[in-house]
Amino acid sequence: MSQASSLQSSGQSGLGKSTLVNTLFKSQVSRKSSGWNREEKIPKTVEIKAIGHVIEEGGVKMKLTVIDTPGFGDQINNENCWEPIEKYINEQYEKFLKEEVNIARKKRIPDTRVHCCLYFISPTGHSLRPLDLEFMKHLSKVVNIIPVIAKADTMTLEEKTEFKQRVRKELEVNGIEFYPQKEFDEDLEDKTENDKIRQESMPFAVVGSDKEYQVNGKRVLGRKTPWGIIEVENLTHCEFALLRDFVIRTHLQDLKEVTHNIHYETYRAKRLNDNGGLPP
Amino acid sequence: MSQQQPAQFTNPETPGYVGFANLPNQVHRKSVKKGFEFTLMVVGESGLGKSTLINSLFLTDLYPERIIPGAADQVYCLLEKIERTVQIEASTVEIEERGVKLRLTVVDTPGYGDAINCRDCFKTIISYIDEQFERYLHDESGLNRRHIIDNRVHCCFYFISPFGHGLKPLDVEFMKAIHNKVNIVPVIAKADTLSLKERERLKKRILDEIEEHGIKIYHLPDAESDEDEDFKEQTRLLKASIPFCVVGSNQLIEAKGKKVRGRLYPWGVVEVENPEHNDFLKLRTMLITHMQDLQEVTQDLHYENFRSERLKRGGRLSSYDKVLCKSEETVVALKGYS
Repeated sequence: MSQASSLQSSGQSGLGKSTLVNTLFKSQVSRKSSGWNREEKIPKTVEIKAIGHVIEEGGVKMKLTVIDTPGFGDQINNENCWEPIEKYINEQYEKFLKEEVNIARKKRIPDTRVHCCLYFISPTGHSLRPLDLEFMKHLSKVVNIIPVIAKADTMTLEEKTEFKQRVRKELEVNGIEFYPQKEFDEDLEDKTENDKIRQESMPFAVVGSDKEYQVNGKRVLGRKTPWGIIEVENLTHCEFALLRDFVIRTHLQDLKEVTHNIHYETYRAKRLNDNGGLPP
Repeated sequence: MSQQQPAQFTNPETPGYVGFANLPNQVHRKSVKKGFEFTLMVVGESGLGKSTLINSLFLTDLYPERIIPGAADQVYCLLEKIERTVQIEASTVEIEERGVKLRLTVVDTPGYGDAINCRDCFKTIISYIDEQFERYLHDESGLNRRHIIDNRVHCCFYFISPFGHGLKPLDVEFMKAIHNKVNIVPVIAKADTLSLKERERLKKRILDEIEEHGIKIYHLPDAESDEDEDFKEQTRLLKASIPFCVVGSNQLIEAKGKKVRGRLYPWGVVEVENPEHNDFLKLRTMLITHMQDLQEVTQDLHYENFRSERLKRGGRLSSYDKVLCKSEETVVALKGYS
């Protein structure tokens, strides 16, 4: 398995996706590295922008591809706006498949498949929007989706708990399986651990920031407001640290495995079936 | 308009004093007796805190114990949501303060901006506005005009999401569709999600985009030269703060020893009525001090536009209406509109 990972972030513009991804990897890995570009207009169709980086920590190098989807959900008519995204994901599977069935295969097949899709939910405090449901319904079948509540500093603790409960219920009622999917739990240990995450922590309510402030003598990442400083890595303020630990520290390998063993295999089986059991 | 005997006024012996300086008091007394009517429309995506803000503004519970529909209800309810079209819900409340009665109607537009395809989002809203104009026109042209009820929309608060980078395509299209029918006051909701710098950036960006697209929002009239300095300064401040960044709340939180309307976060308390935290007070001041002007602009500009378009288009044009048209020409000439 390669040391490459691909992370996609989707959601309406302005939900802090780029800032969050930058905060996750503590480096400027996302498209908009500084503030927002004044000249940038909302694109008329959904675009797929993939940027590759190599980041290093403790001697471990990781090739990370961050995929952004500007224009998603921003138009007046957003019908089928997830289609370009679904197409892109399937294209990566196709690329891998072609390499895999080659007679003279490369020792290490370059892996551009999307391992994880962070879907940003707008913190309305009410419920999921029809577009959110449609997107997740379609995409949860081809990629690991991790729903994330963006800009969570707009909700009080009670509002956050209620909203999360409502979102979880709505996802369940609509049959949307987000990562970690129940059916892929390998053993009891996994199941208990993942159950806890699924039923209590997710979706993670996060706040992102690339600015540092002095709080109690320490430099912390945060957001400064007239009524206080919101500390990004403080668990009583938001769940960013939980998301980071989940995606990077504990489940990164599993995300890749599920993509390879489940999503990719599903795609491969479908392609082979369409072709009468023969490789394409 | 008769002149009363200067019986109970000050300085009745001032030479040359006739007494019609007392007219404003008479108008005041009659207005107070009659009460005031005002219709406010609120438009914006769901979840932007519109209802909370309206309740905060007028310190009433126009939307008592709102039950937010969601997954807790049956699946049927959820499926229905995707098909949902924009609804118009008008609620009227009579509030009184120091003997002055205000009959406030708030027109809510649930469903706006929620569908996947919002192309027909504003049809319902525009029809509603036109309907009120139509009804008023009909009443005004009728034989018995003693009790004309004014349900015309005097002001529209358009809620802009603080999560975006400025105006969305839907915002632009909607405002362009109604700026000739109603006074638009753009409001940035849930402003506690923005730091002060982000607010300034967003405000400027929105103002630039409004200008770029030629959207006509409501402009506060400049203070008259004979007003006092405080009022002039206040008007200047208000004008500079548009669009207003607001936070609403119906909860009382303990802060600095007293109970204030606010939102309690782990990192601090946002006070709704603190001008350093958000522009809520400015919005309320603007609305209250300019309620009269909002009504006037609706009557003199938006309604007259509608009326002339409507009459030009035809429909029932009786001889009585022809008389109206003639006098309208005179009125138009007097007011200096082209």
